[in-house]
Formats: sequence, structure tokens, C-alpha cells
Amino acid sequence: MELDPVILSRIQFGFVVSFHAVFPVFTIGLASYVALLHGLFYKTGNAAWERLAAFWVKVFAVVFAMGVVSGIVMAFQFGTNWSNFSYATSNFIGPMLSYEVVTAFFLEAGFLGVLLFGRGKVPEGVHLFAALMVSLGTFISSFWILSSNSWMQTPAGVDFIDGHFFVNDWSAAIFNASFPYRFTHMAIASFLTGGFVVAGVSAWYLLIGRDVEANKRALSMCMWLLLVLAPAQAVVGDMHGINTLEHQPTKVAAMEGNWETQSGAPLLLFAWPDKEAQMNHFEIAIPKLASLILTHDPDGVVPGLKEVEPDMQPPVWFVFWSFRVMVAMGLVMIAVAFIGLFLRRDGKLYRSRPFLQTLRLMSIAPFFAVLAGWFVTEAGRSPWLVYEMMTQQEAVTPSLTGWMVLATLIGYFLVYLVVFVTGSYYLTRVIRGGMQPELPHDDVETAMRPLSAAHESLDDDASRTVRS
Amino acid sequence: MELINLTMIWALIIGFGIMMYILMDGFDLGVGILYPFAPDEHARDVMMNSVAPVWDGNETWLVLGGAGLLAAFPAVYSILLPALYLGVFLMLAGLIFRGIAFEFRFKSTRNRHWWNVAFSGGSYVATFCQGVVVGAYIQGFATEGHIYVGGAFDWLTPFTVITGLALVAGYALLGATWTILKSEGEVQAWAYRITPKLLIAVLVGFGIISLYTPFVDEYVRERWFNHIGMFWVFPVLALCCAAFIWRAVSKRLEGQPFVATLGLFLFTYLGLIFSKWPYLVPPDITIWDAASDPGAQLFLLIGVLFVIPIVLGYTAWSYWVFRGKVQDGGYH
Repeated sequence: MELDPVILSRIQFGFVVSFHAVFPVFTIGLASYVALLHGLFYKTGNAAWERLAAFWVKVFAVVFAMGVVSGIVMAFQFGTNWSNFSYATSNFIGPMLSYEVVTAFFLEAGFLGVLLFGRGKVPEGVHLFAALMVSLGTFISSFWILSSNSWMQTPAGVDFIDGHFFVNDWSAAIFNASFPYRFTHMAIASFLTGGFVVAGVSAWYLLIGRDVEANKRALSMCMWLLLVLAPAQAVVGDMHGINTLEHQPTKVAAMEGNWETQSGAPLLLFAWPDKEAQMNHFEIAIPKLASLILTHDPDGVVPGLKEVEPDMQPPVWFVFWSFRVMVAMGLVMIAVAFIGLFLRRDGKLYRSRPFLQTLRLMSIAPFFAVLAGWFVTEAGRSPWLVYEMMTQQEAVTPSLTGWMVLATLIGYFLVYLVVFVTGSYYLTRVIRGGMQPELPHDDVETAMRPLSAAHESLDDDASRTVRS
Repeated sequence: MELINLTMIWALIIGFGIMMYILMDGFDLGVGILYPFAPDEHARDVMMNSVAPVWDGNETWLVLGGAGLLAAFPAVYSILLPALYLGVFLMLAGLIFRGIAFEFRFKSTRNRHWWNVAFSGGSYVATFCQGVVVGAYIQGFATEGHIYVGGAFDWLTPFTVITGLALVAGYALLGATWTILKSEGEVQAWAYRITPKLLIAVLVGFGIISLYTPFVDEYVRERWFNHIGMFWVFPVLALCCAAFIWRAVSKRLEGQPFVATLGLFLFTYLGLIFSKWPYLVPPDITIWDAASDPGAQLFLLIGVLFVIPIVLGYTAWSYWVFRGKVQDGGYH
């Protein structure tokens, strides 16, 4: 069997970036939530807010640490597997990624320690400021990353000379055509992720009857937030899709499973796209709906996949179905948010066991939606790495052989398995450990490091601090 | 020659960053290397506690160096990483296992020995790979333009195995002298006992490498034997540091062995850089060839000049906060 380094490198990158992406998505939302809780505590002085903040900051610490550990690998992926891409785009991507690191450094240097270890040691105003700065920092970090990714989708502000990009206009390159849409879409996704996880954990607490008062507040807040954001995400997603139609019509054609350029294109509820045959099997369609959504006119013209040669088309089946998973998750989120609104009458929201169980289950939904969304946008760009400028084939490391990529792919899989299993297991212990605020401890044997903020034991039966 | 040369500034920044990484992560990797030889679990607690507050700050220099290389000297990034493909993977895997062991060893009681294995094993693998990188760098890389054209295992030669092992000994020496500085009683006595042995191992290793290098690299041979007066200053200074370590240990001084070991590393590092200057990817690519567009270098320089003082300040502050000896159960 011939191992293709390009395909294997794509799988490897997809794997490590997917594994990494779930952590920042979660921490961005959670950091803002923690800042909000600190703000509410600062304003009202109600201890319930502080209890919630102290609990969620522990969860934030563990997830943040896992994000950092998995992120180190990302800094080297570009060079190991895509060295031609790294070299060609270095004038733009290099500074952007470096700025992301610099932002993260600045954040860690200044405010993360105060947020994690400052309880009872610094004035509440300072603590609130640190929480705000950490949440701002997570946004600035994602700003650089999403700008880089958007530039790969909609390149701008560069000259392409002898296979090498030179930036001629930084602001055009950074604020490229798809960036505002992608950033907004991703920011809301982060809030939805944070919201559904907090709602799910609060629901679990209510189900077992622990810390009922604080968790009622948390649940109520989340449900209001989700009621606004879940529908808003659908609107922003639609705008993002229209922007993609303008700049990357082939990607949208793959999302819609639309082969022929046609007016009044149908929306496919189900189909089995077949790239070999350049057609779909088993279509179930709603007439004209795709044109209506994409062009806001039922007879609008939607470009098809056959505008480009088959070898220039993305993996249609994969993009088509990833898109449907994302949309389905989005619709379920909207439905749950509205059911929550309905249950608020006579306080059933906090008592309805089936609904609380549903919320527990929904904690993982946003992660699937986020990953599916990234699959759509990244696989949909294929075979381009920098859209219409550099293909994956041109970008891959020339010296790479298939078995080298396979070896490291298996290696990363095993490493991440250990990280993920340990981290997730520990996270569940932190969550089950409950909201008993820990006494500010004077032993400074630990650094101001993320995981040190949580003191649950990893394998003791009793949850207690091992280090006295 | 411009008044302010961006490429030179970046060469200094990246060179400084890599040096910071070697000196700082060196001693905490060294602690992991010494783990299997520590007298007991209590000594391991003390050793881990001594580096726990600072290790991840030390490691951030690696990420900054990696990202900075891509931005300022992309040719290095796009040649070295493919050339060292499997070694880079092993190094990252080692650092990750080590990182989670740092966090979970203290949170664990039943499975603590597994975390010891992860911590120590990760330290060995990561250090050996870094030493291999140094050896591969001295050997040079097969390139055409800005593309690596060698094989998957070019980095693995008898020479690079020696540099890998020498760095394991070198980091262990840093770890041992750090332990002298940070511990008391039996743990310190043990660290005093092993330091001279490690020093001999390091000198033997560095000696073999110095004798071997002119044979693997013509450019260095040329350089060393034609500029005799200038280039012998670094090995002489490094040997002075070694003599100083020996003396300081026999006098039972606490801080000087560590400082002198840092000096030993610093002069070896500078000697290596000056042996290769101005080549950044030996044997063909100089720092001018490897540099990115001045616009990109300038764009990033603004942010980096703002952040590096903050990072240095923060680093100094963490070391200051955690100064003094490690007691049972941590710092007091």
C-alpha cells in the first residue's frame, strides 16, 4: 500500500488541531463567564456569585492547561508537515503566530496568576480587573489565529512573487474579507460552548440537589444567554455563508451538495454525494430553498461544483455531511433554549427532570458543532491551502514520506489519548468535588500555574489535598 | 550597512531566546534526569518542588523561539523541522508527558510511581533529542534552496548520539548544582556527591565532541585552526568554569556551583555559535539568506520589544518569590 504524505499530513493536522481547538473554544467562553461572575459579585456583594466564580475558575484552570499542552504541538506542525507553506507564507503567518504567543505570554505574565490565586489576597476590584484582562486576552489570542486562518481562505494585502508571499498592506491582510464573519461566528460559538457546559453542570447539581441556590442562578443566566445567542448564531452563520458564497463558491456548492450551476437551487435534507459520478444519490430536497437562503431570492443563481475540474473540488461528501451536523446541532440548541423559556413559567425550569437531563447531555453538543464547522471550512478549502494561490500538494514538506507521517500520527494519537483521558478524568473529579470554596491556603509550594488552582486529588477516594 | 540592521537585531533576539531556554529549562530537565538516582521519594519531592514554580515559565521560551524563528528566519524553521522530523516529535512527546507529570504527581498517591516514570522518561527523551539537534546542526543539513532534501534519519549518526548523551550529562549537571542550591541535609549531600562525577562525564563528552567536530565539519576546522587566537577563548573560559565548579563543590559552597555551570553552558553555546557564524543552517544558508522580509521583521519587533522586558521581569520576579531553600511540603 502506498502511503500518501499529503493525505496523511491532512489527517494529522486535522487530528491535532481538532484536539487542540476544543480547549480554547471552551476557555474563551468560560473566561468571559468567570469575569461576569466576578463583576456581579463586585456589584452586588452576593456570596453566591463568588462561590460560582471560585468553582468555575478551577474548571477554567484545568481546561486552560490542557489547551496549552496541546497547543505546543501546533507551533511545530506547520514546519514539520507543511514546510513549503511555512516558508512561502512566513512574512505574514510568522508574525501573526508570534503575536499570538506574545499575547498569551503577556496574559500569563500579568493576570492569570492573579485570577487563579488572588482570592482573598488582592482587593476584589483588582481580582475583577484580572478576570476581565484574562477574558480579553483569550479574545486577542483568537484574533491572531482566526485572522491567519481567514487569510488562508480569503488572501489579501500580499504580493505573490516567485512562490513567496510579501505583505504590502498589513491591515488589508489582517482584516481580510472573511475575517469579521469568521471571528464573530467563532466568538458566539465560544459563548454557546461555555453556556451549554455551565448549564449542563448546573443542571446536574440541581438533579442531585447540591448547592441549589447558586446553581439555579447559574442555570437561569445561561438559559437567558442561550436564548439570545443560539438564534443569533444562525443569523451570523447565514451571513458568513453568504460571504463564503462570494469568495469561495466551490465550498458552498459542496456544503449544499450542488453539482450544477442553477437558479432556484433546492435545499437537500438528505443526499449521498458521489464525487466519482459527479452526482448525488438518494436526494430528499426542498425546492428553491437553497437559493432563497443564499441569495435571498427563490430563483437566485447558485454556482455548482462542476464550475471547477473534479480534482479541484473539495471532498464533497465530507463537507456536505459536516455542514449538516453543524446545522443540526445549531437547531437543537435553539430548540432547547426556547423550551427553557417555556419552562420558566411557574419555575419548572429548575424542577423538570427530563429537561435537566437533556441539558446534561447538551454539554457536549457545542463541541460537535464547533468541530463540524471547522471541518466544513477547512475541508471545503481543499485542494487549496491558500485559496487559489497554493495547493496542499505544493505546501507539503517535500522530504516527507508516508510512513514518517503515519508514525508521528500514531504517536500524537497516543500522547493525546493520555493527556485527554487524564485531563477529562481529573475535570470530572473537580466538577464532582463540588463548590466548597477552598480556604485561601498559605503554602505557596506551587507556582502560579493553571492546574495548581485545582486541589482535588487525582486518584484518592477522598477528595482532599495531598500536599498539606 | 544600515544604521539599524533588523536581521542582526533578530539574530540577537532569537539567540538570546534559545540561550534562555537552554539555561533555564536545562536545570529542570536535569532534575528529571537525576530522578532515578535520587536516594528516596522525599528527595524526589524536594527536587520537584524546587522547579515546580518555574518550569513552565522556562518552557515558554521554546514556544517563543519556535514562533520567532518562523517569523524572522523562516528558512531555518522550514529546513530544520522537516530534517529533524522524528526527533521533534519525540521531543514534544517527552515535554508533554513531563508537563502532565508535573501537575499530577502531587495530586496522586496510588499511582505516583507512574508519574515518576513519566516525568523522568519525558526528561530523558526531550533532552536527548535536543542534544541530537545540536549535533545535527554541527553536521549540517542537505538542502536545495530553502528545502531539506535529506532522509528521515540523517540526524541520527554516531556523532549526534554522542551530542545527545553529552547534553543529558550536561543538563544533569545543571540539575545537580541547582539541587545543591535549593536543598539541605541529605538531599544536598547526595547532590554534592554526584556533581563531580557528572562534571567529569560532561568534560569527557564535550572533549569528544570538540575532537570529533573538525572531522564532521570542514568549515569549523577551517575556522578553528586559522583563527587560533580568537576562538580558543571560549573553551578556555568553559574550562575555567569547570575548574571553578570543582573548587566550589569541594569547598561546599551552595550557590557558586550552579552559577559556574551556567557559565560553562554559556561559553560552550557562544563557542558553537561563533564557530558557525554567519551560517544559520550549515553548510549553505547564512543569517541573511534565512531572513524574512524586513517589513515582517519590523512588524513583529514592535510587539516583541514591548513584551520581552515584561517576560524577563516576570521571570525574575518568580525566581525572587521562590528564592531560598525548599522545605518539606514546599517553600516557606
